[in-house]
Amino acid sequence: MPGTPSIQRPTQHQFNPYSDNGGTILAIAGADFSIIAGDTRQSEGYNIQTRYAPKVFRLTDRAVLAVNGFAADGNMFVKKVKQRLEWYRHAHAKDMPLRAIARLIQTMLYAQRFFPYYVYNILGGIEEDGSGAVYSFDPVGSYERETCRAAGAAQSLVQPFLDNQVYFKNQVPPPGRAHPTHLPLRDVLDIVIDAFTSATERHIEVGDGLEMYIVLAKGRTLQGVEAAQEISARTDGERVFVLRRDLKKD
Amino acid sequence: MAVAAAAQTGFDFSSASRNAYLAERGVKLPNATSTGTTIVGCLFQDGIVLGADTRATAGPIVADKNCEKIHYVTESIRCCGAGTAADTEFVTALISSNMELHALSTGRKPRVVTAMTMLKQHLFRYQGHVGAALVLGGVDSTGAHLFTIHPHGSTDKLPYVTMGSGSLAAMAVFESKWQPNLSRQAAIDLVAEAIAAGIFNDLGSGSNIDVCVIAPEKTDMLRNYIMPNERVQKEKTYGFRRGTTAWTAEKIRSLIINEEVTQVGNEAMDTS
Repeated sequence: MPGTPSIQRPTQHQFNPYSDNGGTILAIAGADFSIIAGDTRQSEGYNIQTRYAPKVFRLTDRAVLAVNGFAADGNMFVKKVKQRLEWYRHAHAKDMPLRAIARLIQTMLYAQRFFPYYVYNILGGIEEDGSGAVYSFDPVGSYERETCRAAGAAQSLVQPFLDNQVYFKNQVPPPGRAHPTHLPLRDVLDIVIDAFTSATERHIEVGDGLEMYIVLAKGRTLQGVEAAQEISARTDGERVFVLRRDLKKD
Repeated sequence: MAVAAAAQTGFDFSSASRNAYLAERGVKLPNATSTGTTIVGCLFQDGIVLGADTRATAGPIVADKNCEKIHYVTESIRCCGAGTAADTEFVTALISSNMELHALSTGRKPRVVTAMTMLKQHLFRYQGHVGAALVLGGVDSTGAHLFTIHPHGSTDKLPYVTMGSGSLAAMAVFESKWQPNLSRQAAIDLVAEAIAAGIFNDLGSGSNIDVCVIAPEKTDMLRNYIMPNERVQKEKTYGFRRGTTAWTAEKIRSLIINEEVTQVGNEAMDTS
């Protein structure tokens, strides 16, 4: 106000070790498969740092991890999870089960409770009983098993779409019928692609490329999604495939 | 004894300091739609070419995928706007109106410097609170002129200019390729390339390229000159079965008004 002197406090200078690198990830579980996807744009402010920086990583033949938030922390975290899984392989001569990886990630995140990895994790894959599973985490390790989850810059755009199309929220089923509990692979893939092309339209930090990892339960085939490239170590158990799509670059 | 009142200017900025005080106390102030933008202009052999992208943003969200950023000032003067969308729109409309009145009272075609002066004086008066960053270009009796006007009122007169968040990407193109006396088509191509650099390298800019060519004889507004970012077809169609929305109660009312007309007398209406 005129006449009142403005209050001047001493300026505090602080180093901020974190930054936000944009992008979005999502995962959906089917009855005997799981899809984990992420865009490949890495940005800071209004600048694109790279149009291809993967956010989704194969951990084992039955586990895929998507990381979103601060890219440097994300890469370091994936590196350390992979290292722990390798140690497990050397000690037990088998891959760690999905639910065990989920618990491992929780303890690894909470170990950094007061200097967290600034990362939202989504773990997808196949459980020991052969069912598709998705685990989602907050940056300090709180986690939950779900059938579908979106995270990152466009979470607020994508999650309501998923709630409606996967969980059938706000949709009354036809009389005498119920909504399906799990969707077929082709339908889930279509929903994932549409989620990302739509997020690209309305969110400036989403775009450039899309990577979709498909994890299939033992004995299940791709059935009509032959374009996917196989990246699993063995073909006699659970199998992992990647599908890539271009997204708009503006 | 009366103390001389503190020197007061003719303007009241009390709400500005109140807002700053409120913001300091953690009160969320409304955020305006900004056109985190790429706008450019360049001189060519017989006039000016202006260019703009068409994305309007509100934070990281795209508010408008195909907005217009090249505003009309007069028939041969146009103005590209970056910054607060409402400010660019209104400041441009105000000056356009005053330019028309000025033309009427002088009986001459108005000059680009006139628009530039009116804009900078308006912006300076508001001390940067009218957040308009402009590229003003046009042709008048003294030739072709191109200006940039910053939100605080400073101006530059240059042969090629860029503004907005994509200004560095666009200027990179101008600095490597612009030359004096370009042909009309070469200038259009260069402007389109500069805007494209902004669209693809700056997250604040996107969608389509608008171009405006101002030459002494006529002005051509080339709306959506290039559309390099059309959406791909969706994989699924999202129709909803009738009855999808849940309801708790149903009541049907007839909205048709029934009126009984009684004929009094039997003279037929004159329809001749």
